[in-house]
Amino acid sequence: MSQKMSPPIQKDPQKRAASMRVVEGSYAVAHAVMCSMPDVISAYPITPQTHIVEHLSQMVADGATDAEFLTVDSEFSALSVLVGSSAMGGRSYSSTTSQGLALMYEVLYNVSGMRLPVVMTVANRAMGAPLNIWNDHQDSIGARDVGWIQLYVENVQEAMDATPQAYKIAEDLDIRTPVMVCMDGFILTHVYEPVELLDKERVRSFLPPYRPEHILDPANPYTFGAFADPSTYTEFRYQQCEAMVKSMAKIEKAASEFQEIFGRYYGGLIDTYRTDDAEVIIIAMGSVVGTIKDAIDQMRAAGKRVGLVKIRSYRPFPVKALKDALKNAQVIAVLEKDVSVGYEAGLTTDLKAAFYNSNLRMPIVGFSAGLGGRDITIHDIERLVQKAEAARAGIESEFEFLTLRKEIL
Amino acid sequence: MNPKDLASYATNTWCPGCGNFSILSAIRSVLAQLDQEGYPVEDVVLVSGIGCHAKIVDYLNVNSFYSIHGRTLPVATGIKLANPDLKVICFSGDGDSLAEGLDHLIFAAKRNIDVTLILHDNRVYGLTTGQFTPTSPPGFKGKSTPLGTEELPMNPPELMLASGATYIARGYTHGIDLLQKLFKEAILHQGFSFVDVLQVCVTFFNLYESYNQRTYEVKDNDTSSFDEALKIARSWNYDDHEARIPLGKFYQVDAPTFDRTFPGFEIRDVDRDSRIKEVLEGLI
Ligand SMILES: Cc1ncc(C[n+]2csc(CCOP(=O)(O)OP(=O)(O)O)c2C)c(N)n1
Ligand code: SF4
Ligand SMILES: [Mg+2]
Repeated sequence: MSQKMSPPIQKDPQKRAASMRVVEGSYAVAHAVMCSMPDVISAYPITPQTHIVEHLSQMVADGATDAEFLTVDSEFSALSVLVGSSAMGGRSYSSTTSQGLALMYEVLYNVSGMRLPVVMTVANRAMGAPLNIWNDHQDSIGARDVGWIQLYVENVQEAMDATPQAYKIAEDLDIRTPVMVCMDGFILTHVYEPVELLDKERVRSFLPPYRPEHILDPANPYTFGAFADPSTYTEFRYQQCEAMVKSMAKIEKAASEFQEIFGRYYGGLIDTYRTDDAEVIIIAMGSVVGTIKDAIDQMRAAGKRVGLVKIRSYRPFPVKALKDALKNAQVIAVLEKDVSVGYEAGLTTDLKAAFYNSNLRMPIVGFSAGLGGRDITIHDIERLVQKAEAARAGIESEFEFLTLRKEIL
Repeated sequence: MNPKDLASYATNTWCPGCGNFSILSAIRSVLAQLDQEGYPVEDVVLVSGIGCHAKIVDYLNVNSFYSIHGRTLPVATGIKLANPDLKVICFSGDGDSLAEGLDHLIFAAKRNIDVTLILHDNRVYGLTTGQFTPTSPPGFKGKSTPLGTEELPMNPPELMLASGATYIARGYTHGIDLLQKLFKEAILHQGFSFVDVLQVCVTFFNLYESYNQRTYEVKDNDTSSFDEALKIARSWNYDDHEARIPLGKFYQVDAPTFDRTFPGFEIRDVDRDSRIKEVLEGLI
């Protein structure tokens, strides 16, 4: 460990503003990865992830990190490389989106099943067909069940800060589960925002070096990826589920320890905004949360009691935290950027399932919006709230597309 | 038919000076010629990958299929097997067919399926703005390799020879007559035909000067000789900065094609109803 003292947290907001720098979202993430001192980075270019790995390759070239950087032939290779490097005990990083994430699907299970604490940024983008490069959450929600922790971030600062947190959670010996940090493609990857850049020394005091218990080691041989027959397979899955349950406390802990060192906090599993006396509570993930907060402020000014619950951790799904935060709502409106073709959408059905065997009986209505990059405006959120309010008198539609252009159907 | 009739209404978004314009213009002329020579354009299907190259199908008023990145050839294979009477022409990139979809390229050659693959070999990922690809030379400073890549490039014609392709050629986007000739031959060839087009990407890897000085057309070569084709293919390794770069047809041989030998192909020519009746009667 370095003996260098970390600079103290700047509590004075004015001085803090002076220490801010305007950087691209992708740069902020690359910087956070660099500060997390990875051993191996491997990726394949795909819009809108590309800038993250380009910045990283520059940082490697500049000697800012001594990570090995591999530019491979496909996403399948990129993540497979990390299976090897992580099994060797190396801190490993990748980033992808959409089609690339889909191509990784087989390897996603490999990483989680072998309990390799890889961290990957998913620059969320719509899935083709039809071909579309803009943001929604279909890609990562579609990978809901692959055994990775999924954290969704609201802004550039959070995308940066979530990265060392992700390593801390993933590498915890009680958890040993890979983490996807999901950030909205373009909206966050390509935007320039003022942020406080992480400081490498301080990250070091937050994130200890990776010390895995089981690695490939000629002196003490292990086999990774071995066969599990019906007599043991279930127990492997069970242990992964157990680790996910345990990870909830660790996600909270990582967020609060991060706050102690860096003075920034975005919620642990969830965060709430003006929910205290709220009758209508909106639930959402990712950058749209910012727009919703603005919409809530406007509606509050007009006397509407509206609040927001932001989900940071979609997997593990924070059932208890959600029930606590939502128990006094009269109606819940889920706003999500994905759809499960055939039955509603991920967050809506998860939330309804979470509440079913409980005494919480408020209506829950789901809305899909922002697919393939369509804007979600404050006006759309107001419409959603109107619809949710109407549902208090009786649910007419449990799930709908909020911003459907009926005229082009 | 006039090549102009094959233009679509889509706005062209390639960079001015991009080599893709030559490929577009050459293929338009060839398709118009073929239409007049008894290969109606209605019987042509264009298949693209994902990349700058892929936009070519938007600019041609011909049946086309935009596949996903790297999967040009599997889609083309399916189309050809479903209707072997169609002419299937693929437009793919060096990233598309030599990285993401390399396995498909080798298998298409191995099977000798009767489709044509035109490789827009700009030696860079154009659409994702300038990263190195399997044909970039060592030292190439792309956005993902600021210190220059250390890997050695692939030699696509050599790879195709080794894999079993039965028509192999190389063109250059500063030589539209040769491109037209090669495209036409490749499309009319029965079997897997591969044209490596040195397509200059003016924005991310402008090789015009180097190519203009070093390319030459091979003539009088024995295109039925594997060894001779290999020698020509190996005379430039996509790295050497001095060697001359051969263009033209390197190789062409006849061999059974997958679409004609595929089990079940013959069934199209028999009376299905009586065959089914026969089978059912056999069961009684
Ligand atoms: C699975 C997947 N990974 C990555 C991408 C992003 N992507 C789009 S085009 C492209 C590379 C294109 O390069 P090339 O095939 O050489 O075509 P060019 O743009 O140079 O014509 C990539 C990596 C994608 N669409 N799908
Ligand atoms: S980026 Fe390169 S390949 Fe793509 S259109 Fe521009 S010049 Fe052509
Ligand atoms: Mg290319």
